[in-house]
Amino acid sequence: MSARRIFARPARFAAIAPYVWMVLFFLVPFGFVLKISLSQTAIAQPPYTPVFDVAEGRAALAAAFAQLSFDNFRLLLSDNLYILSYLRSLVVAVSATLILLVIGYPIAYGMARLPRRWQGVAMMLVIVPFWTSFLIRIYAWINILQHDGLLNQILLALHIVSAPLVWLSTDSAMYLGIVYSYLPFMILPLYATLSRMDASLLEAANDLGASPLKAFWLVTFPLSLPGVGAGALLCFIPIVGEFVIPDLLAGSGSLMIGQTLWLEFFTNKDWPVASAAAVALLLLLVPPLVLYDRLQRRQLAGRN
Amino acid sequence: MPLLRIEGVAKSFGNFRAVDTFSLDIRAGEFFALLGPSGCGKTTLLRMLAGFETPDEGRILLGGNDIAHVLPHERPVNMMFQNYALFPHLSVRDNIAFGLRRAGMPRAEIATRVAEMVALVRLEGMEKRKPDQLSGGQRQRVALARSLARRPQVLLLDEPLAALDKKLRESTQGELMELQRRLGMTFIIVTHDQEEAMTMAGRIGVMDAGRLVQVATPRNLYEAPATRWIAGFVGDINLFDGQVIASGHSRLTVSTAEAGTLTVSELWPPVTKNVVSVAIRPEKVKLSRRAPANGEGDAQTINRLDGVVADVNYLGGVTTYKVRLESGAILRASMANTARLDVDAYLAGQRVVAWFTADDCLVLEQ
Repeated sequence: MSARRIFARPARFAAIAPYVWMVLFFLVPFGFVLKISLSQTAIAQPPYTPVFDVAEGRAALAAAFAQLSFDNFRLLLSDNLYILSYLRSLVVAVSATLILLVIGYPIAYGMARLPRRWQGVAMMLVIVPFWTSFLIRIYAWINILQHDGLLNQILLALHIVSAPLVWLSTDSAMYLGIVYSYLPFMILPLYATLSRMDASLLEAANDLGASPLKAFWLVTFPLSLPGVGAGALLCFIPIVGEFVIPDLLAGSGSLMIGQTLWLEFFTNKDWPVASAAAVALLLLLVPPLVLYDRLQRRQLAGRN
Repeated sequence: MPLLRIEGVAKSFGNFRAVDTFSLDIRAGEFFALLGPSGCGKTTLLRMLAGFETPDEGRILLGGNDIAHVLPHERPVNMMFQNYALFPHLSVRDNIAFGLRRAGMPRAEIATRVAEMVALVRLEGMEKRKPDQLSGGQRQRVALARSLARRPQVLLLDEPLAALDKKLRESTQGELMELQRRLGMTFIIVTHDQEEAMTMAGRIGVMDAGRLVQVATPRNLYEAPATRWIAGFVGDINLFDGQVIASGHSRLTVSTAEAGTLTVSELWPPVTKNVVSVAIRPEKVKLSRRAPANGEGDAQTINRLDGVVADVNYLGGVTTYKVRLESGAILRASMANTARLDVDAYLAGQRVVAWFTADDCLVLEQ
């Protein structure tokens, strides 16, 4: 009737759209994974039982339901392969995120302080690696790091080492690959926060007796924490589940959870255990997410 | 020796000379206003006093020491920023204590000083709030308290009232003056608002294109502007260009194209050029239906101009008139509405005599 109602409709749709997306592409698939995680392995197609078949009627469905069990989750706890992979994933993700922060923060800070016209160029330089496929870039690192690779050739030519060093298939190579790949995800949110910062705040801190270094720690850094949180989360969560980089660059000694999942799924064809591991991984990632959300909410509440 | 001496200070940005060989003395305990249109260099000068810009030339002496190249965090000078620049992540208390902590003041003393400052700007009960939980007027007072907390030798205020609405601005002007008197501190305020400068400051320095063009008390600035430009910038004024055709008995006779022959009192210093402008403030122009009677002044010293009322603007306290003179030029006059009933008002189209005394006119060199 009124103009208000007409305008309200697209607005309402826009509000609902993300929920529809989440239900269709997250909640429903997650339901499948959850169901598989409660099933048993079988040499069949699909490789697990029971299989819900709506055509068999309600009684059969109920019987199938009764077969579901938490055995796979118990297995995850009893076999320390899984616990060790989880721990390794967490250790790698936390360390890599810290390294990313230490490297990314100064870069983002430097970008934010460039003259305006150079900031766009700097931004392009950060984003430009995305134009090449991620896999190709990781393979390029293999080339650089291998026994007769570029790095060893340079070190030998400069007489820094007398024999080639082992780079590939080490944790260092994996960290290098992770930091290299995720750096833009750390820099961009940090840059967004730092470039929005009001320069007069730093002048005020200076004016009130804070040296430039003090002013950084007392004003710039605390005000950039939302960016630090966003960057850390954007890196931490995908690194926990990272598969390609550890698989290609790290040694075969210890596995990250992504690799364990892959093994279970493709090599052992044990879909139920792989699904249970995936569900457990998700549950493991929920607490830091909730914590971050809480912190950000509190910060917003303080502002308004 | 003045508290602050600015000596031949200049600052350029690229080819633009923002501040040009600027010299000024400011006494301890003074409320000084730097007044000028935007882009005149007043903010650059203030930023040089705070240390955010370094002068290309000249010296800035504070208590006899040259501080021109002292870093901002090492100067006994504080600034109140135009946008207040309150730290959004800190409470009112921590904002005010920020400068005290940097100075290494003991905890107990900081608490006392903060409480004192909070009381001074009447923000009791707001200590734990963050800047975003305050109104504009409250934020302004936090900024003031923060810049006063260190008891600077000089407080610099960059358009401190620009962000407030008119009513709040007027009451805050009074509070600032009261505060400055009570603390006996030296305030230097930068403003583009001449009314604000005239209300608050003891002395006003007018800047134009990076230069200081006049330093005077508000009254002298208004009644005896040094140049035509200042006369037009500060308040409203009628200007008639002409030539001096006779002088003597401290009177000048000026022949103007627009307002005929005018008799004006000569000011000190005397004009040295023949080509001058006669300036008269609108409120000093009187209107009457007939020529003023003899009792109202010596015929020699009264200028009478015949005209027709072209426009009337009722503004509440005053009414402004535009009178079209016989030459076609417009003379502006304003009269206080001293009575509620408009028995004395003139209507558009009415013939009037506009008159003013020789003493109320100014002669300005062109």
